[in-house]
Amino acid sequence: MEGRKVVAWAAKDTSGIPSPYSFTLRKTGPEDVVFKVLYCGMDHTDLHQMRNEIHSTNYPLVPGHEVVGEVVELGSEVKKFKIGDMVGVGCIVGSCGECLSCKSNIDQYCNNRIFTYNGIYKDGRPTQGGFSSAMVVHQRFAVRIPEKLAPEQAAPLLCPGVTAYSPLKQFNGCGHKVFKAGFLGLGGVGHLGVLIAKAMEHHVTVISTSEKKREEALEHLRADAFLVSSNVAEMEEAVNSLDYILDTVPAVHPLQSYLPLLRVDGKLLSVGVAPKPLQFDAVDMILGKKTITGSFIGSMEETQEILDFWAEKGLSSMIEVVKMDYVNKAFERMERNDVRYRFMVDVSGNNLE
Amino acid sequence: MCRNTGPEDVYVKVLCCGICHTDVHQAKNDLGMSNYPMVPGHEVVGEVVEVGSEVTKFRVGECVGVGTIVGCCRNCRPCKSDIEQYCNKKIWSYNDVYTDGKPTQGGFADAMVVDQKFVVKIPEGMALEQAAPLLCAGVTVYSPLNHFGLKQSGLRGGILGLGGVGHMGVKIAKAMGHHVTVISSSDKKKVEAMEHLGADDYLVSSDSTGMQEAADSLDYIIDTVPVFHPLEPYLSLLKLDGKLILMGVINTPLQFVTPMVMLGRKTITGSFIGSIKETEEMLEFCKEKGLTSMIEVIKMDYINTAFERLEKNDVRYRFVVDVAGSKLDQ
Repeated sequence: MEGRKVVAWAAKDTSGIPSPYSFTLRKTGPEDVVFKVLYCGMDHTDLHQMRNEIHSTNYPLVPGHEVVGEVVELGSEVKKFKIGDMVGVGCIVGSCGECLSCKSNIDQYCNNRIFTYNGIYKDGRPTQGGFSSAMVVHQRFAVRIPEKLAPEQAAPLLCPGVTAYSPLKQFNGCGHKVFKAGFLGLGGVGHLGVLIAKAMEHHVTVISTSEKKREEALEHLRADAFLVSSNVAEMEEAVNSLDYILDTVPAVHPLQSYLPLLRVDGKLLSVGVAPKPLQFDAVDMILGKKTITGSFIGSMEETQEILDFWAEKGLSSMIEVVKMDYVNKAFERMERNDVRYRFMVDVSGNNLE
Repeated sequence: MCRNTGPEDVYVKVLCCGICHTDVHQAKNDLGMSNYPMVPGHEVVGEVVEVGSEVTKFRVGECVGVGTIVGCCRNCRPCKSDIEQYCNKKIWSYNDVYTDGKPTQGGFADAMVVDQKFVVKIPEGMALEQAAPLLCAGVTVYSPLNHFGLKQSGLRGGILGLGGVGHMGVKIAKAMGHHVTVISSSDKKKVEAMEHLGADDYLVSSDSTGMQEAADSLDYIIDTVPVFHPLEPYLSLLKLDGKLILMGVINTPLQFVTPMVMLGRKTITGSFIGSIKETEEMLEFCKEKGLTSMIEVIKMDYINTAFERLEKNDVRYRFVVDVAGSKLDQ
């Protein structure tokens, strides 16, 4: 069953270099929402997947899982949205609906979740992402973009934003307590995490391996403090001071150096995928009752929450808008960490069709 | 020689004292912090002989217990929230320095003087040598189950390692109405686990089929293994939001791969003994449920052999020294 024809940019082999690719979406089902893509954020995972570096890639692969667009068609049973609404899609487009995670509305933890791209949908077709003129998605996995929010501002919230928000929300609105927060890593997820924590009125310390990001952390992102991990004296002074650390570092790093910064009962929230194991000291965990907990993106409910929170607090993320033909260059710069802090592809501005 | 009984002190004649692995480590300076002469022993049960003028909680003749900690600062956040075992200035029952500058000495002695805050009443009717292991091994298991909200019945728990703490883990978890799986490196302890301790299931970590089948099935695992071991096989047994609770004092760094904690929102955490409040709760709980520890009572002159056997894990499951019944001046 064939639906709308679309034009996309797809990686066709392990070089991971996207190029034009036309295909057809599935026929619009009763619960489906079809939208014209306006903007799509670029994520490190897009790059890894295009190059076949994570799960095995089925080519051609259309990446992009921070997608915002305008509804152009609705299935007969869709009540949540109207034609013309602004919607967003993140990393997941399907789940089993039966397991404990699905029933608790945390579909991202379903063992049979279907990823927005490089997955297999329930009809057997490969899923394709947002570097495309249009997408079709089941209404359960689409969120409404608040009117106050510009679409290019909303897009990063659908993946890195909710990834930071989901573990941080337990520290929101706890009366008069001012949480002392640490942020390890200042990339896409990290910078949004800092903005969210500041909006939650936490005291924010950015922890970095070098001085390079001091100015951006303190001046652009309004962090309260900046700690360089190789500065032994500063690290000693900061021991036993933080309620939580959001760890977004996607590389191997010694947790033994950071866990001492946590107070008793402090939590290290692990959201960065490191390619090799991370080490820690059992004695520090035991004598300090410290916790390491992982978190994976966020639920649909949390995605809606972070969009509403962002609009309500009048926040803005730092993005660089590019056109589709710049995408390869953008991926190269992203690898070198040469972006503050997210590339946003102006998909509809390309006249792909 | 004990200090003089201060106004808040309780003078306890030691009746019996349990032996913990940590006693062995400390006695042999494995942790690199031992000061000699050292009198170990931190699972102490005894009889009150004298109370200081400000002591209201205890009377002469009562049976009381003393555990791992005998002092704390009383001002910090942990002290103020009744989790004084996490105080940065806590004072250990032995091998530490008390507020009067003297070294603290533990329960392998005829008497101890302890501040009343760190003394607990042994419930009426509880056998004294049974109570001793509860003061460290018992509360070590009870505390995290309490703290992490894991006391309600119907939970599925895993106990990794079947020594002093592990065996109490099985008993306490069963008494809370949990389904208990003992996880071990071999099937040597299967009969003891299932028949003597009442575990519901037994999993050998090298049995890949068994481990696969048990994936995603446990709410928590109490990990008592006191040496380096990989964590991934156990993390995969945890359900969504499951918790791996580390108890073992291990000197080499442990490790994990981040997707294993991210994809199930799983937690790795540690827990250290329990507070005095939890010790009291736990003792009442054990009395109410008729829980007993499995012990081997010995005399003081057997201690060196006991230490050797403990190191080889050759005890079911705790040695308790009959201190009062031993000739201490030999």
